[in-house]
Amino acid sequence: MSISSPAPLDAVAPPPVPGPAAAVRRRGPVIPPRYVAGRVAGAAVSMLAVVFTGFFLFRIVPGDPVRAMTRGRPIDADQLAALRHQFGIDKPLVSQFADYVSRVARGDLGTSYQYKTSVSGLIGGHVWATVYLVGTATVIAAFLGLKIGVRSAWKHGSRSDRANTGLALVLWSMPTFWLGLIMIVVFSVGVGPIPGMFPTGGMTDPDVHGLFPVVWDHFRHLVLPCLTLVAVVYAQYLLTMRATLLEEVGADYLTTARAKGLRDDDVRRKHAVPNAMLPAVTLVFLNLGTAVSGSILTETIFSWPGLGSLFYEALTVPDLPLLEGLFIFFSAAVILMNLLAELLYPILDPRVRTT
Amino acid sequence: MPTPTPRRRLLALTAALAGAAALSAPAASAAGRADAVRTGAPSSYIQQAHAAAGDKTLTVATNGSIDSLSPFLAQRALPTAVHRLMYDFLTNYDPKDDHAVDALATKWTTSPDKLTWTFTIRDGMKWSDGQPVTADDVAWTYNLMMTNDDAATANGNFVANFAKVAVDGNNVVITLKQAQSTMLALDIPVVPKHVWESHVADIGKFNNDAQFPVVGDGPFILTGYQKDQYLTLDANPNYWRGKPGFDHLVFKFYKDADAEVEALKKGEVDFVYGLTPAQYDSLKGQSNITTNKAPGKRFYALAVNPGATTKDGQAFGDGNPALQDQQVRQALMYAIDTKTLVSKTLGGYGTVGGGYIPPIFGTYHWDPDSASAYSYNPDKANQMLDAAGYKKGSDGMRTGKDGKPLSFRILGETNRPDDTQNAAYLTEWLKAVGIGATTTIVDQGKLGDTETAGTFDLAFDSWTVNPDPDYVLSIQQCDMRPKAAGKSFAGDDFICDKDYDALYQKQITEYDPAARADDVKQMEQKLYSDAYINVLYYANALEAYRSDVIGSWDKQPQPEGAYWGQDGYWAFWSAKPAGTTTAADGSTVPAAKKSDSSNTGLVIGIVAVVIVVLGGGAFLLRKRRSTTAEERE
Repeated sequence: MSISSPAPLDAVAPPPVPGPAAAVRRRGPVIPPRYVAGRVAGAAVSMLAVVFTGFFLFRIVPGDPVRAMTRGRPIDADQLAALRHQFGIDKPLVSQFADYVSRVARGDLGTSYQYKTSVSGLIGGHVWATVYLVGTATVIAAFLGLKIGVRSAWKHGSRSDRANTGLALVLWSMPTFWLGLIMIVVFSVGVGPIPGMFPTGGMTDPDVHGLFPVVWDHFRHLVLPCLTLVAVVYAQYLLTMRATLLEEVGADYLTTARAKGLRDDDVRRKHAVPNAMLPAVTLVFLNLGTAVSGSILTETIFSWPGLGSLFYEALTVPDLPLLEGLFIFFSAAVILMNLLAELLYPILDPRVRTT
Repeated sequence: MPTPTPRRRLLALTAALAGAAALSAPAASAAGRADAVRTGAPSSYIQQAHAAAGDKTLTVATNGSIDSLSPFLAQRALPTAVHRLMYDFLTNYDPKDDHAVDALATKWTTSPDKLTWTFTIRDGMKWSDGQPVTADDVAWTYNLMMTNDDAATANGNFVANFAKVAVDGNNVVITLKQAQSTMLALDIPVVPKHVWESHVADIGKFNNDAQFPVVGDGPFILTGYQKDQYLTLDANPNYWRGKPGFDHLVFKFYKDADAEVEALKKGEVDFVYGLTPAQYDSLKGQSNITTNKAPGKRFYALAVNPGATTKDGQAFGDGNPALQDQQVRQALMYAIDTKTLVSKTLGGYGTVGGGYIPPIFGTYHWDPDSASAYSYNPDKANQMLDAAGYKKGSDGMRTGKDGKPLSFRILGETNRPDDTQNAAYLTEWLKAVGIGATTTIVDQGKLGDTETAGTFDLAFDSWTVNPDPDYVLSIQQCDMRPKAAGKSFAGDDFICDKDYDALYQKQITEYDPAARADDVKQMEQKLYSDAYINVLYYANALEAYRSDVIGSWDKQPQPEGAYWGQDGYWAFWSAKPAGTTTAADGSTVPAAKKSDSSNTGLVIGIVAVVIVVLGGGAFLLRKRRSTTAEERE
């Protein structure tokens, strides 16, 4: 993206007191309609491409779903043929594709082979678990990463910068699986003086009733997987923020701002950071988009009932309707979040409006 | 003008908390759905059961998954096991030695022509909603599977040979198309007709998870299910064989086996199964944990491509023609050191392979005598290969009949860790007798595709065997080969041996158990000398449980058997809670409720976290103020 490293504007560009030029610019619409129309159309085209590729992509996955599902079961050849017919995979590919398109056009994602239930129902049943975990972790990681990133860049080379960046990189390079298991051993089972505080897995316990106990139960289960996820991903926000802000640190307009007698905090917050914000915003929205697809590793180690593991299970069969449905859903989320990010750019950075 | 920092902070914090609450609310409400259904249930049975204090719960960790809770649809091992607990079957298998014992049926007779079986249904049994269990329920269940393709999804194979199922008073009369010796091994859950009648229209999509408790007649009653989270059952107080010892049975779903082991150590779950040797060893000797090593029901074999053919005998695929020579196949087996595989790959937790039916099924297991057994003997293998005409070159490697170096492709599966390790050993041993080898380890789907196409030489193969061995025997018949080249088939390895098929037909019509067992053993002997399916070993089933929760429970078979994967409900039905635990000083104290200690720990932990966060925050704030002040100077 061409806007990923914005050149500094003229010295007084982000004026605390708007100048006459800015006043003129403010009169126009914040987001030009043509810009909006273009982005929405782009998103729609992407969505269409997703629907088409979704079908063919998973036909490449090896394996016969009927054979995989009935593996180890007493079954005869007639039953295998009946199942194949029931799933419609005995038809030629073209007519399967026609069925698929007409189904998706009606908003029907089909019925899962293995779970014998509607794909949209399965996605609906798992999506909140994923958004709840990965969404919370993304928000916390972004907040933490950006905050530390700003500080690190502002005092780059300092001991705290080195320590923070180093720690983030160490956590970033840790295998999620390993870190998760360590978390379970230390904080769930307990080691030495540390008591086993949190559950070893899952999102809830059975037989918890009442509003407060239910919320509490959810919270206890969330802590470890969320912490693991944050620890592993916050580095990317930190490093992105640090890198873009570093490019601004020596800029003339900051010197000017200081010369006007502004506090260092204000120089950073009101002048430098807004100019370094775009790449970070892109990253946050992209990650919010992929948040629904979950994190297979974290979901697996903490037995979290999310979409990531549902996808993995579907892939092993392969459960074609479920795979197609999840693919469309994941892609739609990313496309939507990307669209939101693009619509947000002109608000965050006036330069985008004129391009 | 200085920014009012603390207030902004507060605002940001409030916003963040509100966001998290908003995110967790739908999750909480989604989780609450099952409860909503429960409270809407007609009976107040659940609330009563949960209100009872001092109830004993047995929690099982499982990494299985549930495809459906409908007995007509479920194909995976876990739901099949759960159905055993929910519904009684016509007959059951004895916990000591697996012979057929009464369940729904109290007695059975056969007609002289062997085609009619009459089962007498137990008097006075009731479904959990109070309705009587009748012969009509049995006939209705079977008939539905015979007439409705969707209803036949899971267990259709059991009724494929049924001509007619009728009710005669208290009896169910089954007429067969041809004699069938497996009639006491009909693993079909019988469902209540009065409940299921209304679901016939959508039987292919009804998953039996819409309303709890689910009406059943087994030792346990299904009371709740959250996919990928937990499944809960309550003891059936009116079960005819007696009420189970535990009041509640909970299955907790884990996706990672190591996490299961940690949960057992902590006491969050009371039973884990399917352990790896390393996990099993790590649990040995831990306080309050009892480990169990049982002979497994699964055989692990090396399948040889016999030259893939269709039912009509049309050849396809590209299996190495050298393997169509029995002498070469047998030589391979002499070249393989199965003892090393057991001690290295299984860490000693297993038995060296012999007959096709694992030794846990004593009635049917056959072992070769020492003269005919393929005991590790590379010299003999070399001699046999020489005699078969595969001469060694100057580099010590043999040449095939086509003039090219003799080399086999070994096919294995990624999510079966044994395969990778065994393939490495095999490659070495083959090389020692002058045969080259290449290994391909692929995922389950690709493996299936390659086998179906017949484009392999050697493949690892594994099956779980039932107390009645009919099914695993049936898959090696000529008729189980594919209809057309490269099409999926119900069989296993394209084997076609007319003598074997004749023996199969003999045993399926033999109603005398001892005579049938003899036939089965002859079939095993045939498979062994044919050397197409070569059993390398039977791995042990490794499991562990909390002895401070479970006082006693029954294995199957006895004395050496497993708790999980039984044919029947014996373990969970017979499990008795541990009454007391022994304290460190040797005195006995009542078993503490596990959650108490973890709650105390949690409170301590939360307090610690709050102190750290507040302390840290205060420190940062002070630091920040001081810098600002400095810079203002």
